[in-house]
Amino acid sequence: MSDNTAHEEPELVQLLTPEGELRTHPDYPFEISGEEARGLYRDMVLVRRFDTEAVALQRQGELGLWASLLGQEAAQIGSGRALRDGDMAFPSYREHGVAWCREVPPRELLGMFRGVTNGGWDPNEHRLHLYTIVIGSQALHATGYAMGVQRDGAVGEDGEAVIAYFGDGATSQGDTNEAFNYAAVNNAPVVFFCQNNQWAISEPLERQSRVPIYRRAAGFGFPGVRVDGNDVFASLAVTRAALDGAREGQGPTLIEAFTYRMGAHTTNDDPSRYRASAELEEWKRKDPISRLRAYLEKQGLAGEEFFAGVEAEADALGERVRRECRELPDPAPLEIFDEVYAEPHTELDRQRAEFADHLASFEGAGAEGGR
Amino acid sequence: MTDLTIGKAINAGLRRAMENDPKVLVMGEDVGRLGGVFRVTDQLHKDFGAERVIDTPLAESGIVGTAIGLALRGYRPVCEIQFDGFFFPAANQTFTQLAKMRRRSAGTLSMPVVLRIPYGGGIGAVEHHSESPEAYFAHTAGLRVVTVANAVDAYWMIQQAITSDDPVVFLEPKRRYYEKAAVDTSAALDSADPMGAARIARPGTDVTLIAYGPMVKTALQAAEADEDHSIEVIDLRSLAPVDYDTVTASVRRTGRVVITHEAPVSNGVGAEVAARITEECFYHLEAPVIRVGAFDTPYPQSRLEEHYLPDLDRVLDGVDRAFAY
Repeated sequence: MSDNTAHEEPELVQLLTPEGELRTHPDYPFEISGEEARGLYRDMVLVRRFDTEAVALQRQGELGLWASLLGQEAAQIGSGRALRDGDMAFPSYREHGVAWCREVPPRELLGMFRGVTNGGWDPNEHRLHLYTIVIGSQALHATGYAMGVQRDGAVGEDGEAVIAYFGDGATSQGDTNEAFNYAAVNNAPVVFFCQNNQWAISEPLERQSRVPIYRRAAGFGFPGVRVDGNDVFASLAVTRAALDGAREGQGPTLIEAFTYRMGAHTTNDDPSRYRASAELEEWKRKDPISRLRAYLEKQGLAGEEFFAGVEAEADALGERVRRECRELPDPAPLEIFDEVYAEPHTELDRQRAEFADHLASFEGAGAEGGR
Repeated sequence: MTDLTIGKAINAGLRRAMENDPKVLVMGEDVGRLGGVFRVTDQLHKDFGAERVIDTPLAESGIVGTAIGLALRGYRPVCEIQFDGFFFPAANQTFTQLAKMRRRSAGTLSMPVVLRIPYGGGIGAVEHHSESPEAYFAHTAGLRVVTVANAVDAYWMIQQAITSDDPVVFLEPKRRYYEKAAVDTSAALDSADPMGAARIARPGTDVTLIAYGPMVKTALQAAEADEDHSIEVIDLRSLAPVDYDTVTASVRRTGRVVITHEAPVSNGVGAEVAARITEECFYHLEAPVIRVGAFDTPYPQSRLEEHYLPDLDRVLDGVDRAFAY
């Protein structure tokens, strides 16, 4: 795969240049049909529109917070489309593109950011674990899950693989490094997919690591590879190879998807305080969507009709997202007590009854309120 | 009936749980070939294999974090945290992930994970090997916290903890590991007292002495030694939730309460129990609820631990204070 010495220039696996030209890579032979390529374009456009709408919904007060994926569409759609139905993914909180690939309805993704739930979807149905906010924690969950896959004998060509998503900041966390080590010593079928978007809120990569992230893998005894995270083809090919390796018993791989967070960390953040706008302009030239569009046009795989159709679909999605967000019902007050425990809990039952009585004491009190 | 120490009873309970359910796994540092530093997992590796008795890397957050992943896959991991003071690297996974997973998934995900932790002092250990962290766990919504004081409870409660679909912190009184009792290992699991129930370890009429884990033995010794008062000893067994029905019924009979634990007094389990007793039994109380615990200092060097840990005399002083009103 890739070199593991600290001083050589990092190699970047790229199959589609920013200009939309195909390149070959000896380790990642790649073929794609026009239909598949158009599908990836559609995915990226739609998830970007969803993301844009979500930012707007936060500005309008409909969401408490949003973590934008702007710029990371190729890394997420490429890796997300590399997953088989039975594979299991463990996201951080920015993986809206992966969630799109796992067919999580957009409204279910919005729930956590609107504050109507701390979860939002059925992880087993979508084969996507819930968003994890404490940085790096999910890397260990993915590793443990993969150890379970091993114990179930769900390995081999038709087996299951597991993928953990996290960012460059998470590579500083102990949990992430413990996950690397647990996965290595157990040879667990897990792929670590790090989206290096260059910024952990305000801290640039050099505050997180003295070596390119993918080279960390060598110290744990498994391969690491840096892929152009703005190249959806390369993200797809590299992830698919790593997942196949995992299911076939070759153990973990660390993929560093080299990308860029084009927006703020979240809607609460102001990147103008810590980074130059020229950097953003430079990355805009490497935009994941425009390069795939250039490819589709140059290859004659899509014309105006297709692009207009996707745009219309995006408009419809935007309208649906705005409507469904506003329609998300507020939970009932007594829901506070639900599903804290699987089994009866005397103390919580008592508190629930007391609070129900308290709420009931306001019934019929009129607009002036209680006491 | 079989005579078992607390350590051997937990071992037998683990064995039975593993026989009954192939999804039960044991994992932790040195739990495999060595059988654990206290030998609580002795022979399990030999009989159930390395796939089910997992020697983990030396990283506690990794133990709990991967146990969460295994639970998500349908397994029932029993994690050994080697010593109380070594739990803290796993605090993030326990408090932010394990305890909240069911709630944030609206009940679609269960966390049937047991954290076994030898706790408490009195064994002459070096630093970080003698702590009583139970209040941290009891203060965390989503966890159940139990502790055992005898081999019978050890045998049954470890199995109950494993069959629970909630995460359970199972605290083992390490200085009592070698206390023996006769255990009927042929009985059915559902014939045992539920792990959430407190137990009257010794009936009495004048004062209720509440203890748990390693202090139950001390409390029983105090009751035996006190010739002036009839002391009722309650073994709480479950620290979260506490079985207040048993506690308050006793207090209403005796009118006096002393609570003792090895952990520091301030903001401890005893503080919470005292507050609840005051709320629920105010008109039955003849004296304030008295707490006897450790000082609000770091656990001292072992040559001082006999002064730090509440002993028979300090417990009896507490009883005398309850009768001074």
